[in-house]
Amino acid sequence: MLNRIGLLIIKDVKLALQGASDTGMTFVFLLLACTLFQFSIGPDQTLLIKVGGGVIWVVALLATILSLERLFITDFEDGTLEQYFLSPMSLVFFALAKAISHWLTTGLLVIISAPIIALLYSLPNEVFLPLFLSMVIGTPILSLIGTLGAALTLGAKRSGVLMPLIILPLYIPVLIFGTLVIYNVMYGHNYNSFLIVLIGLLLLSLALAPWATACALRQAIE
Amino acid sequence: MINYFSNPNRFLKLTEKLLPWLVGLTILFFLVGVYFGLLYSPADYQQGETVRIMYVHVPAAWLALSCYAFMAAMGALSLTYKHPLAGIAARSAAPIGAGFTVIVIITGSLWGKPIWGTWWVWDARLSSVLVLFFLYLGHIALSHAFENPLRGIRASAILALVGLVNIPIIKFSVDWWNTLHQPASLTRFDAPAIDPSMLIPLIIMALAFFLYFLTILLVRIKSELTSQKIRAINIKMIK
Repeated sequence: MLNRIGLLIIKDVKLALQGASDTGMTFVFLLLACTLFQFSIGPDQTLLIKVGGGVIWVVALLATILSLERLFITDFEDGTLEQYFLSPMSLVFFALAKAISHWLTTGLLVIISAPIIALLYSLPNEVFLPLFLSMVIGTPILSLIGTLGAALTLGAKRSGVLMPLIILPLYIPVLIFGTLVIYNVMYGHNYNSFLIVLIGLLLLSLALAPWATACALRQAIE
Repeated sequence: MINYFSNPNRFLKLTEKLLPWLVGLTILFFLVGVYFGLLYSPADYQQGETVRIMYVHVPAAWLALSCYAFMAAMGALSLTYKHPLAGIAARSAAPIGAGFTVIVIITGSLWGKPIWGTWWVWDARLSSVLVLFFLYLGHIALSHAFENPLRGIRASAILALVGLVNIPIIKFSVDWWNTLHQPASLTRFDAPAIDPSMLIPLIIMALAFFLYFLTILLVRIKSELTSQKIRAINIKMIK
């Protein structure tokens, strides 16, 4: 079983690397969106430090959504999805594999670019480690919930507009606890409890999201 | 009960019989409730006459929440039993719930202006109601996004169940966010124990809102079933 999941992930990551420009686009989008925020807020350093933590997380959410639309659509259109459906492997594992490969191609990029954005917003040095930790725990949640959204909107009219509407409200807890980690570090408080809550959210979504995604995929194929 | 209604015609027959009664009862309860709320009940010693907004605001909030639970329950029924009526009920309930949420937000900001001095504060309760509104909108959009209405119903049923798991988490996180970001703001507004002279009108209004919900729900389900029939007839005509 693990073997098959591994194969699926390798296939998806290879495909993503072949279209490396797409993956690169996510990176550019992250930086561009941050620049936009900076232009709208102004160059006031104290203000930038204050909003920086929030901006990083908002931009991370948006970047995750950006690449979700293509997640199932090619498999759906060329019939590969039906083959997976017929294969002995449970769709739950298929959904999990998709979430992992989405995280590998998008979540990792978000994690890598987070410190760069933190530098642009001149966040204090002690923020970097907690920011990294919260991103490492938080971005898989975004990928897991995101795959569910992608499966639900599979084959819908205008799914590109629909998906953010469905997913963003579900992202709110991650956004809140992710930013709380950063702000608590900046104000010199202990942030461990928020990381633990994030881990709890990760475990919950790990248990429920692939299952719900499989359920949604089954509806899409029928 | 569940099996009994799997035949939509039985449900339609029962609806025909029930609807006039429901409409009458709704009007009656609204009249009594509005009379008690606006004229009979006393004004608050702190808030004055503005407290009367409560008689619309609080029942709408109760229904906005319970309507989501109803929607999720119907969604679960339609997923597990493939019950034809449950899916339609969930789909019909969503706009009503969204409407109640809008009422909560509007009356809330009308109430907030004289009491807190602003139309909107990013208070925990206000923010979570706003999120609930977005959840409703997502549900409505998803249930109408597909050519095949059945697919829309199934997808939105899953979304409603996911939302049901998420609502407590969102509520909890927003509460936490709120207490840490703006401690001891002017919005710390804990209602003291409510006096019977206000509680009775409130309960009457809540019942009126509930009856209204039931009436509109039945009307919407009925029209949905009728439009399904029309669609079926149209398809036959084409053949």
